[in-house]
Amino acid sequence: MKRIIEYLRSLMLLELLKGLSLTMRHMFRHTITINYPEEKTPKSVRFRGLHALRRYPNGEERCIACKLCEAVCPALAITIDSEQRADGTRRTTRYDIDLFKCIYCGFCEESCPVDSIVETGILEYHMESREEGIMTKQKLLAIGDRYEAEIAENRNRDAAYR
Amino acid sequence: MLEMLESVYTWIQSQYLIWTLVKIVLITLPIITVVAFYTYFERKVIGSMQIRIGPNRVGPWGLIQPFADVFKLLLKEVILPTNSNRFLFLLAPIIVLTPALTAWAVVPFNDFLVLSDIDAGLLYVLALTSLGVYGIIIAGWASNSKYSFLGAMRAAAQTVSYEIAMGVALVGVLILAGTLNLKQIVLAQQGGLFDWYWLPLFPLFIIYMISGLAETNRAPFDQTEGESEIVAGFHVEYSGSTFAIFFLAEYANMILISGLTAILFAGGWLSPFEGVPVLGDTALGQGSIFWFLAKTVVFMFMFLWYRATFPRFRYDQIMRLGWKVLIPISLVWVMIASLMTVLGIVVKGS
Repeated sequence: MKRIIEYLRSLMLLELLKGLSLTMRHMFRHTITINYPEEKTPKSVRFRGLHALRRYPNGEERCIACKLCEAVCPALAITIDSEQRADGTRRTTRYDIDLFKCIYCGFCEESCPVDSIVETGILEYHMESREEGIMTKQKLLAIGDRYEAEIAENRNRDAAYR
Repeated sequence: MLEMLESVYTWIQSQYLIWTLVKIVLITLPIITVVAFYTYFERKVIGSMQIRIGPNRVGPWGLIQPFADVFKLLLKEVILPTNSNRFLFLLAPIIVLTPALTAWAVVPFNDFLVLSDIDAGLLYVLALTSLGVYGIIIAGWASNSKYSFLGAMRAAAQTVSYEIAMGVALVGVLILAGTLNLKQIVLAQQGGLFDWYWLPLFPLFIIYMISGLAETNRAPFDQTEGESEIVAGFHVEYSGSTFAIFFLAEYANMILISGLTAILFAGGWLSPFEGVPVLGDTALGQGSIFWFLAKTVVFMFMFLWYRATFPRFRYDQIMRLGWKVLIPISLVWVMIASLMTVLGIVVKGS
């Protein structure tokens, strides 16, 4: 008897109707798609994108070539050479980040005692040759100069949690 | 100017061959256009069922998308596999497409719009829709690839199995209508929504739709393509315009099955409001080609709805469903339908 009821029930296609009603209900839901280039999702102030080297307001570069970032970098993406400048301070002569090695973990940013190396919110960039994947000191400083307002703003908003 | 057009019109009508050709073009071109927009519609419907947007980049709301797809496919290279049988390889898509379009010859759009009003219309449709699978088998064999061959074998087994259930389901319609002529079958259903054959033949109606899905190799019966198991089944090796023809045929078949479901079980061009007191007297109560098209679109939508809902059957499940469920039920219901006719519960048409 039980088997017969089970059989008749399977003929009603109840499970299939349930599935069909689910997809039908979803059809009238709001789509959750974001039309990427026109619309963008909100981004955290802690977003770890392209790197930048910052300067002090007086124009002096922050980096003091302590090489903590080079030491902490798990992907060995940072290479630093340094020298003593005429005024007796130590500065980098070379600060390279290999973007192909970098895993964007943000350790360099955390280890930096003078908030020099930072990761910005920039995520839309491209390279047209392999050499462009190496960020030199000049390029990093240029990015820092260009986006200083945004970088400072993000750091301010996150300051309470650091 | 008007007289000239009129004389041209009467001349064309007097030339039987040309007039038939004109009619064929008038049926075929809209079908191909509808196929193009059906692919767009499919992507939109499935998209919204998955809470996505679907194509929206080419033209307003992505409406030009099907044309972009067509041009892409036509401009691509047709790759011929080295060890394939070149003649059969190129013949296969044509064999698949031809029956899908030829079957429309007997489909009545309303009581006078039909290319050839033959008495064995239903037999003709059954014969042609089953011919399509030969193209698939040939495609699978001529590609000389194991995946295509597996797909072709599956297509053969599946089509043969479900053709029986489909044929038996149609016997029910024949018993009630008493004719093989598609136009007469529609006319036998006159009298409003509840006089159409979907009600007395409800199990056969469901079985016909299920077998229709299997015949057109659509999800959940897309064993022959089975992307996750055998890459793309019988059309693994096809590219460019030959691939486009396979898809044209598949969608044309889906539209055909939808149209046939409308004709056989949902009263073709007849209005559902026939005989309803107030509404039946307005223009909505009149049978017209628009009712036929509307019903076809509803069944076309169901194809997409099933695809968005059901996962693919396993091979043995398909065989079990076809032979051990659909065929017995349809046989039983054919007997019930005969009883209903003999006892006069359902009035036999025409």
